[in-house]
This record gives sequence, C-alpha cells and structure tokens, in this order.
Amino acid sequence: MKRLLPHPALSAAIFLLWAALSNAASVGALAVGALLAVLLPAVTRRFWPDTPRLQRPGVALRLAARVALDIVVANAAVARRVLGPLSRLQPAFVEVPLDLRDPFAATILASIVSLTPGTVSIDVDQTRWVLSLHALDAPDPQALAAAIKARYEAPLKEVFAC
Amino acid sequence: MNPAVETIVSLLILVGAAFALLGSIGLARLPDFFTRLHGPTKATTLGVGAMVLASSLHFSTTAPGLSLHEIAVLVFLFISAPVSAHVLAKAALHRQRRKDDR
Amino acid sequence: MLNFAIETGFVLIGLAMTLNLWRLVRGPDATDRILALDTMTINAIALLVLFGVRAGSSAYFEAALILAVMGFVGTVALAKYLLRGDIIE
Repeated sequence: MKRLLPHPALSAAIFLLWAALSNAASVGALAVGALLAVLLPAVTRRFWPDTPRLQRPGVALRLAARVALDIVVANAAVARRVLGPLSRLQPAFVEVPLDLRDPFAATILASIVSLTPGTVSIDVDQTRWVLSLHALDAPDPQALAAAIKARYEAPLKEVFAC
Repeated sequence: MNPAVETIVSLLILVGAAFALLGSIGLARLPDFFTRLHGPTKATTLGVGAMVLASSLHFSTTAPGLSLHEIAVLVFLFISAPVSAHVLAKAALHRQRRKDDR
Repeated sequence: MLNFAIETGFVLIGLAMTLNLWRLVRGPDATDRILALDTMTINAIALLVLFGVRAGSSAYFEAALILAVMGFVGTVALAKYLLRGDIIE
C-alpha cells in the first residue's frame, strides 16, 4: 500500500481534479483518473519533499472554513479602504516571528496571509523563522502579528503537529 | 430556469464583477507598488471566485448533471495567486535595493 | 434578470480592464506593469466565464483554464527575469 500510493493526499487530489475537469462521472473518465492518481505520484515521487502528515483533519477543515469567511469579511474592509481617502491609509511592513518549524506549514501560512485581502506575505526567513508581510492598513502592526499568530498559525501547528 | 437560482446566479455575477472592478481601482489608485499588490489578490479571491461559482451553479441547473470543472479554475487560482504575489513582491524589493545601492 | 446581470458584469469588467491598461501604460516600474498584466489576465478569465454563461456553452471554460495556467506561468517568468536577469538558471 505504501509503495503503491506514496502520497495518498496527492493521489486523492489528482483523482478529484481529473473528475472535476472531465466534468462527467462516466466509468471511463473515472478509471483514467484513478490510473493517473496511481501513476503520477509514483513517477514523480523523487521530486516531492517530505510533507508533514496531516494529524488533525477536523482542525484543518475548521481552519479552511475560517479562511473562507475571513476572505469575504476582509474583502469588504479592503474595498472600503480602497474607495476611501488614501491619505488615511497606514501601510506597513510587519514581521511575524513564527513558532512553527516546518517549511511546508510555513508555505501554507504564507499563502493564507496572501489570500486574505489586506495582507500580502513577502518572505519567509527559514533561518530566523520570521514571516515578513506587507499590510495595506495597519495602525497597530503588533496587534496584526498577534492576530495572525492566533488565528492561523496556532491551528496550523495543531494540524501538522510541528 | 428556477427563478430563485436565477437570482442567486445574477447576484453572484454582480458581486464578482464589482469586486474585480474594485481590485482594479485599487491597482490604479493606490500610491506605491506594495499597496497596489493588494488589489489583484482581492480581485482573484472574491471576484473570480463568485463569478466561477455563478457559472458552476448556472450549468448545474440548466444542463444535465453537475458542472464542477469551473471549481478546478478556482482551485488553481487560489494556489497560484499567493505565489505570483510573492514572486512579484520579491522582485520589487530586489529592484528597490538595487536602486538604493546606486 | 440574468441578462441584465451579465450585461452589467461585462461593463464592470471592461472598466476594470481599462484601469489595468492605464496602469500598464503608466508604470512607473516594470513590476507595476507585470502586476497590471497579471490582473488583466485574471479579469480576462472572469470575462470568459461570463461569456460562457451567456452563450450557455462550456467551450469558453477551456479557454479560461488555459488563460489561468499561462497567466500564472507568464507572471512568474517575468518576475523571475527581473529578479535574476535570467528565467531558467
């Protein structure tokens, strides 16, 4: 089993993506999808870094729901700032010291920060473990860093147990 | 088509288009590169997201069977948008530093 | 009602792409232009999805998917060129 499917999550993602792309639940399409899901990870396994195992899928789902909600809420907030007077904006570079020590989890965190409007991650320093980001309007950078740590980093740490 | 579904599809299209426009207004209006970077990430996440959901809902109700391939575009954009924002930010920082050195 | 929403959507996204074009011409830096192009691609994807809904055909979707892939690769290649003066090291 381990040899047949070295990356079960990747295989599942390929299968689902193929099913979505072919847009038809015919037996043939699903069979091709299953074949690709087995073949592609096996052929490309040497290129894949060691991703940490998903320890708590429930927490991951809750985090995904929170991010989706935050995207909508933050979008409205940023829209107001874009249309309002620009002189009142306080853009800032913020450095967030990280507690997690895993490159993959740090990448996910950086992506979440970029996807939620109002913040864009710029660099993850993997020697000092600091995430630097740019905020569109941050009157209080310290509070923003604390919010990101509490809202996204803590659940991520729990999900990957790192 | 079911009028309730039609209302939802129309609303999603309007919301999506409005946010795409807002992102572009941000891109045109904001004062420097790093603040401008916030515009497109917004247009992608909610603008195209709402539009694609509208299309998926529309084809799922008008044609037989579910229409999920639009979701593939959405997934791809959600993965690629942070990466391109990150690479652009790095390039901008690099150029700024080179300009300061000169 | 759906037709009204689609027509309005065309107008809004058309305006958005005009603003992108303005930023593309205006600059001032190369990174601003790349960002404008990237945003324009994303708006074009939205436009294609809208065309697909109006035409009731999923053929437009394939074009949108290709645009999403090529836009991303193009943006990364251009940014990488600015960063290193080379695309493939």
